[in-house]
Amino acid sequence: MSPMAVDGSLERLRREGRIVVVGASLAGLRAAETLREEGFTGTLTMIGDEPYEPYDRPPLSKQVLLGRVPADHTALPRSRAIEAQWRLGAAATGLDPSAKRVALADGTSVEYDRLLIATGVRSRPWPNELEAGLDGVFVLRTRDDATRLRHRLKAGPSRVLVIGAGFTGSEIASVCRERDLPVTVAERGPAPLSGALGSVIGDVAAELQHQHGVDLRCGVMVTGLEGDGVGRLRRAHFSDGGTVDAEVAVVALGATRNTEWLAGSGLAAGPRGIACDAGCRAFDVRGIVADDVFVAGDVARSPHPLFGYRFLSLEHWGNAVAQAEVAAHNMICRAEERRPHLWTPYFWSAQFGVNIKSVGVPNMADQIIVSQGSLGEHRFTAAYGYQGRVIAAVTFDQAKWLEFYQRQIEQAAPFPPPFATVDRRTEGMRPVPAGFPDPSVPTHGPQVTVSGYSPTDQRVTFTPAGHGRQA
Amino acid sequence: MTSVALLGQILDYANRADPYPLYAELRRTPVVRDESGPYLVSTYWEIHSLLHDPRVSSDVRNLAPEAKTAPAIEDPDLPPSFIRLDPPDHDRLRRLIMRTYGPPHAPRRVYGLHGEISGIVSELIDRFEGRDRIDLVDDFSYPFPVTVICRLLGVPQEDEQRFHGWADTVATAVEPLVGTPEEQQAHVRAVREARHQLAEYLSGLIAQRRRAPREDMISALATDRGADESPMSLPEMLSNLTLLLIAGHETTVNLITNGMLTLLRHPDTLKRLRADPDLVIPLVEELLRFEPPVQLLPERTTLDDIEIAGTTIPQGASLWLVPASGNRDPQRFPEPDRFIPDRPDNQHFGFGSGIHNCIGSPLARLEAQAALAELVRRLDNPRLVEDPPPYRHNAVLRGPRHLPIAFDGLSR
Repeated sequence: MSPMAVDGSLERLRREGRIVVVGASLAGLRAAETLREEGFTGTLTMIGDEPYEPYDRPPLSKQVLLGRVPADHTALPRSRAIEAQWRLGAAATGLDPSAKRVALADGTSVEYDRLLIATGVRSRPWPNELEAGLDGVFVLRTRDDATRLRHRLKAGPSRVLVIGAGFTGSEIASVCRERDLPVTVAERGPAPLSGALGSVIGDVAAELQHQHGVDLRCGVMVTGLEGDGVGRLRRAHFSDGGTVDAEVAVVALGATRNTEWLAGSGLAAGPRGIACDAGCRAFDVRGIVADDVFVAGDVARSPHPLFGYRFLSLEHWGNAVAQAEVAAHNMICRAEERRPHLWTPYFWSAQFGVNIKSVGVPNMADQIIVSQGSLGEHRFTAAYGYQGRVIAAVTFDQAKWLEFYQRQIEQAAPFPPPFATVDRRTEGMRPVPAGFPDPSVPTHGPQVTVSGYSPTDQRVTFTPAGHGRQA
Repeated sequence: MTSVALLGQILDYANRADPYPLYAELRRTPVVRDESGPYLVSTYWEIHSLLHDPRVSSDVRNLAPEAKTAPAIEDPDLPPSFIRLDPPDHDRLRRLIMRTYGPPHAPRRVYGLHGEISGIVSELIDRFEGRDRIDLVDDFSYPFPVTVICRLLGVPQEDEQRFHGWADTVATAVEPLVGTPEEQQAHVRAVREARHQLAEYLSGLIAQRRRAPREDMISALATDRGADESPMSLPEMLSNLTLLLIAGHETTVNLITNGMLTLLRHPDTLKRLRADPDLVIPLVEELLRFEPPVQLLPERTTLDDIEIAGTTIPQGASLWLVPASGNRDPQRFPEPDRFIPDRPDNQHFGFGSGIHNCIGSPLARLEAQAALAELVRRLDNPRLVEDPPPYRHNAVLRGPRHLPIAFDGLSR
C-alpha cells in the first residue's frame, strides 16, 4: 500500500498537496475546475506551452476562419475559480517520476504529489521541411495558426489548396467556399472523411464538396510544393502528374501526440499517446499503473469496455471534458471511490451547411446501413455494425436521433437494426460494406484510432479482424 | 401484464387542481397499460428515452381512431400541421419554419422582440391603475401572448382586436367537449367558423406580404423559396400558422398564470425575485418543471414492439407520455416536490424533448421572464384571493381559468 492510500495522508493531499497539470487547454482546465469543485485546497499549477489562457479549438476552423469571431475571443468559459499558479509559455520538457518533478523549457522545475498529463496533440507538419517553410503553407491547430490563416484568407488568395480531407481539412474547404475562394482539396483516400466514417458516407461528403464548388481530387497525394523565386508558394504537384497553382496550402494531415517530452520517463508514452487504465492512471513501460500520474484528453489512450477493452485514442472535445473530470476525481479520492472513464465516443463537425455528428467507433465497423432518411438528400442516420452488433452511428442534419443510437451501442443491440422506425426508406433496407480504407496503408489518421491490445508495445499495428475493405 | 385505472382519474376535473399525487402513484409502475387502452409512461428516463425513439410515431394517421383526443383541433380541409407528422414531412415543415424564425437564417427574430415584449407587459400592467383586484388570466395572461404573436407574425395593429377574437375561439378547441350534444356541436361549429375566418385573414395577409414584403415572419414565410426543397404551400402555411397560434397561446397563458400562482404560494421566493430580478431566469425553468403548461403528451403510436423498463409495449399501441410526472421523478430531481427557484441541473420536460421539442421555447421564455419579473416588481403586496383557483377543464394544457389577485397599489 502506498503511503498516499492511507486515509490520513489522502486528507493531507486534499488539503495541502501539490497537483501539477501539464497542458493548459480544455482537458487541463476542466480537470482543475473539478479538483477545486471536489474540495482540493492545495497548490494547483497549470503548465502550458502556449502563452494564452485555455481556449476553445472547435471555433478555430469555423467561426474564426470565417471572420465571425476573432481568434483571441475563444477563451474557454470558466465554471468556477481555480486559483492556480499559471506557468504559461513554458513547455514541459521532461518528467522524473521518482523525484516527482516536471522540468520546464525555461530551466525551472515543478514538484508534484499528483500529476495530470493533458498535453494533447499538435498538427502533423508537411514532411518536407523546406517546402513547409514556404510562405503560404499553413497548418491549423492553435490560436496563432488560426489568426495567421484567417489573415491570409481575408487577403483573397487566387486559390487555396487543402491537403487532406479529414474533418479539419473539409471544414477549412467549407470556409473557403463560404468566403467565395477557389479551393482544391487533395485526398489520398477514395473520398473525404473516409478514414473516420468510411467511403459510403465519404461519397456523400464528396457530393457536398462538389455541390459547393470544391475542386476535389481523391486518390491522389501531393508529392511536392513549389515556391517562386522569393520563397512564396506557387504550385503543388500531385502523384497523378497533375498540378495546381495555389497561393495558400493548408496541411491537414491529422495530428501527432505530444509525448516526446516524456522520453526516458518510464511511462508508456509514444506516438499513439500515453496508455492509461480506465481510471486514467498512466501505465509505465512494464504495463503497471502509476498511483500518482494521470492522463486525460487527446493524448490519452484508455481501454473501453464497450469496445472489447481496446485502447482508444479520441481527439474529441467531449472526451477531453469527460476524461478530465474522471481523472481529477480519481486523483483525490479513496481507491474504492474511483470511477471508470466510460464515455461513449461522440463528435461533431459543421461543413457545407451540414451538421455532422457521430457516436461510437465507426472505423471498427464492417458494415453500414442507412437506418433513417436518405443519403441522396444529405439528411440521414446511418448505423455501423461490427460482428452483428451496433458499434456506431452517424447523422447528417439528424442529430436528434443520435441519443437513441448511443443507447443501442451501449446495449450491444443487434445489427442490422431489426425494427421499424419513422423515416425508413427503401434504400436503407440492406447493410452494405462500410468502406473503410485498408488499415495496413498509412493514412492521415481517422478521428479515432483503435490501437490493439497491448499498451506497452508501441510498435503494434492496427489490424482488426473482419475489418471491411472497400468493395 | 398489470393495468391501472389512473388515466380516468387524471382526466377527472375533480383532480385538476392537484394531479401530482396521482402522478406519484403512476410512477410506481413506470410503464403501464391503462384499463382504457393506452400505455402510460410516467418516469423521467423512460419518457426521455421514448421521446428520442424513432420507433415512436406522432403521425396522426398512424393513430387508432379511438385514441384521438381532440377532434376539433385540426381542420379537415387543411393538411396536418408538423406537430402531427413524422420525418421526413415533419422535418421539412419544421425546417421551413425555422428558416424564418430562428438561427442561422433568422437569428434575431425572437431576440428582436425583447423591447416590444417589455412594452406590452408595461402597457397591460398600466391598465391595473386604480384597481385593487385583478383576474390575472383575463386581464394579463390571456391578451399578452396573442399580442406578442401578432407582432411576431406581422399582424397590423389595427387588426389585432379581430385577431384576438379568432385566436380565443380557436384556442377553445383544445378543451374537451362538454355540455349537451347540441352545445358540443355548436362549439365545434364556432371553432370551425373562427378557423375559417382566421385562415381567410391570413391568406389575405400572406398575399399582401408577397407583393410588398416587410421585416415580419409572415413576409419571410410568404417569400421563402426553400433551400433545396419545395417551399411551403399556402394550405401548409395556414395549417402551421394556426398551430403556432394555438400552441404559442394557451401554453404561455398557463405558464404565466401558474408562475404567479406559484410565487404567491411561496412568498419568500417572491421576495427574493423582487430583490433580484435576474433570478427570474432559473425561476422560469423551475416553473416549467414544477407546473408545466403541457402535462401530458397523448396521441403517439409505436411502430414496433418497444421493450422498456421491463415491459414490452406492442406495435401499434397508443402511447401517453406524462412529462409533468417525469418532472417530479425523484430518480432524476432531488426533492422533486419542492419549488427551488435556482435549482441546478434542471433538464425538465417543460418544452418536451426530441424532434418535437417546442419550437416556441425561446419566445415563451422571454415572455414568462418579462411578465413575472415585472408583475412582481409592480404589484404592491399581491395576495391570492382563493386557493386553489378555478381551473380549466383541460388536463393536457392545464392551468387556472381565473386567478383573482388582490393588491394594495401599483409601483411605477
